[in-house]
Amino acid sequence: MNYFPDEVMEHVFDFVTSNLDRNAISLVCKSWYRIERFSRRRVFIGNCYAISPERLIARFPGVKSLTLKGKPHFADFNLVPHDWGGFVYPWIEALARSRVNLEELRLKRMLVTDDGLELISRSFVNFKSLVLVSCEGFTTDGLAAIAANCRFLRELDLQENEVDDHRGQWLNCFPESCTSLVSLNFACLKGDINSAALERLVARSPNLKSLRLSRAVPLDTLQKILVRAPQLVDLGVGSFSHDPDSETYNKLLTTIEKCKSMRSLSGFLEVAAYCLPAIHPICSSLTSLNLSYAPGIPGSELTKLIRRCRKLQRLWILDCIGDKGLGVVASSCRELQELRVFPSDPYGVGNAAVTEEGLVAISRGCPKLNSLLYFCQQMTNAALKIVAQNCPNFIRFRLCTLDPVKPDSSTNQPLDEGFGAIVQSCKGLRRLSLSGLLTDQVFNYIGMFAEQLEMLSIAFAGNSDKGMLYVLNGCKKIRKLEIRDSPFGNIALLRDVGKYETMRSLWMSSCDVTLGGCKTLAKKMPRLNVEIINEIDEMEACNDDGQKVEKMYLYRTLVGPRKDAPNYVWTL
Amino acid sequence: MGSGGGSYEKDLNLEATELRLGLPGTTSSTAATDQEPEARQARNNKRSLVDRCEEEASEDASRALQKDHDSAPSSKAQIVGWPPIRSYRKNSLQTKKAETETSSSGIYVKVSMDGAPYLRKIDLNVYKGYSNLLKALENMFKFTIGEYSEREGYKGSEFAPTYEDKDGDWMLMGDVPWEMFMTSCKKLRIMRGSEARGLGCAV
Repeated sequence: MNYFPDEVMEHVFDFVTSNLDRNAISLVCKSWYRIERFSRRRVFIGNCYAISPERLIARFPGVKSLTLKGKPHFADFNLVPHDWGGFVYPWIEALARSRVNLEELRLKRMLVTDDGLELISRSFVNFKSLVLVSCEGFTTDGLAAIAANCRFLRELDLQENEVDDHRGQWLNCFPESCTSLVSLNFACLKGDINSAALERLVARSPNLKSLRLSRAVPLDTLQKILVRAPQLVDLGVGSFSHDPDSETYNKLLTTIEKCKSMRSLSGFLEVAAYCLPAIHPICSSLTSLNLSYAPGIPGSELTKLIRRCRKLQRLWILDCIGDKGLGVVASSCRELQELRVFPSDPYGVGNAAVTEEGLVAISRGCPKLNSLLYFCQQMTNAALKIVAQNCPNFIRFRLCTLDPVKPDSSTNQPLDEGFGAIVQSCKGLRRLSLSGLLTDQVFNYIGMFAEQLEMLSIAFAGNSDKGMLYVLNGCKKIRKLEIRDSPFGNIALLRDVGKYETMRSLWMSSCDVTLGGCKTLAKKMPRLNVEIINEIDEMEACNDDGQKVEKMYLYRTLVGPRKDAPNYVWTL
Repeated sequence: MGSGGGSYEKDLNLEATELRLGLPGTTSSTAATDQEPEARQARNNKRSLVDRCEEEASEDASRALQKDHDSAPSSKAQIVGWPPIRSYRKNSLQTKKAETETSSSGIYVKVSMDGAPYLRKIDLNVYKGYSNLLKALENMFKFTIGEYSEREGYKGSEFAPTYEDKDGDWMLMGDVPWEMFMTSCKKLRIMRGSEARGLGCAV
């Protein structure tokens, strides 16, 4: 089959970067499989328990960039105990032992330790990039090790991690010789920062394009940093609160005007609204704005800002912007592709929140919208139908009514028809999260129309097993299904057990599946790990097959039951 | 656990499909279909719902059907993991709330209303902004304030909310950003009648 030498094939394969395509290439024939596997540089492992580090290294010894995901998605919402699993240390250890030339490690929802970070820093000479998202278990000591030992570090990106801040001088640990930083994000750190060390670091990093500061970095430090780094493309502001009559503030005004490359702004973890005009000069070139962590900016100030951001493609905001504010977004940001509206008062009275009106306005003004996360006080079928009509390009559609079973607020009907319209209109929909009062009918629509759907999140929805069956039968491409507090039981679970091998994982909590049902499933499908999380009665429930299961997480795997599960997690 | 056969198109039978937090019979449901509500209730008890008070929770469920929330439910039953936002984000919202609540021990200012027999005192920290504060003042003194415009002040009523700033001048509320107002306000006075009109008027 091969008319060309291996090197030529490899060169050709270099142009194929998507992992899906590479996987397809490796299935063509044995020699392509061999060539591809030695030339694969980036590996993505969506579930760290689906495969072992040894097998990864055996197949892809030349891997340079590894992405790993640990805990199931619902761990984000406190539904999974902290020590459930997702330990990254064994992976680092195995990679180090096999002398893999690791350059990049991207982790999501994993347990990372200082030892692990230190091991990375000492084992991989060319290590360049560390991205940690929603991880925990480490402290600033681990960061100090990375800073000190990774001589060619380009990227240190910490997103929403729970980090124990030892108030050490980890920023000082970057040696004077470290000049390679391109991206530094420590916004999630809570402790004090050595401003002088930070300024010096920025001063010697001419390639720095992205910098996201923590709350502890005051406005005057920000000003000094921006003087050194006017080339920044992405800035996360820490504290933005100062006397507007002061010299510092005036200096900041001039400095910001020089930041002509700025395209993305975020942070404002502490902000005085009257300081916001300082960023007006750069608004017109911004493509991404994240104010979802900025507390207490009144809607009127937000709109003053957003009105100027006519090139915005991505906007993350708090719901205190209100429906009227969203109307301003709709009329100002015609290029908007992604919108996320977060609740500013999740358990509160809801006089802040947004309603269906805001969403409809957005759909009218922003036809390019393809990704939505919307926390709202109420929704209607009529509104969803209008949105479906105006925005057929949705790839991600996640709607969350603050009351999880709230019906259509004008007709008191379930929201089945509204979501039905969305799946019917948005033929490219890959991710969907539902909320509000929903019956089996919405799942019928989803099964019928959501052909590209890969991830579905269900909460407090449906009437019977039929609902879940519609999804399992209809959605051919579904990979991740997560369900909570819905009346789906063994009948749905067991109807088509082979389906789960085509999926990454299934989560069901507070549903009607019983221990017996899960045992049956586990028995039939040896290549699935069926895990039961039972924190309350550890010993008791083991015997009663009729008992409903509190939390079940199942996933396909090539390496059998994991050995690191805590004692309240049973693999059946 | 079917939901009553294929008669979906005919009667929606919302009662049977609604997931309620309250006990069966505490809401206005008439025909509680068979064992479903009970079964669901039994399941509710086993779940990880943290009900503060079941009666209040069922009240919330029926109130949820109303369009307008005029009075806030006093305690909402908090469901674990709902709304689905990351703990990191939730924690940062809570720290901010806590901070604003404890940051200063209260900015107490006197409030006088022309014609009222005695003054009141309020804590400016409690309020989120001008509209929040003005509503509270309207409630406290039983009056209505007009609509604010930069040009004409408060139109539509004989009242004007004013404050004395650090320089001793009487200023109309609403012109400067809220935080600036909070730090510069020494006392409030609700003017009425011709004096009030004189302050905001262009004439």
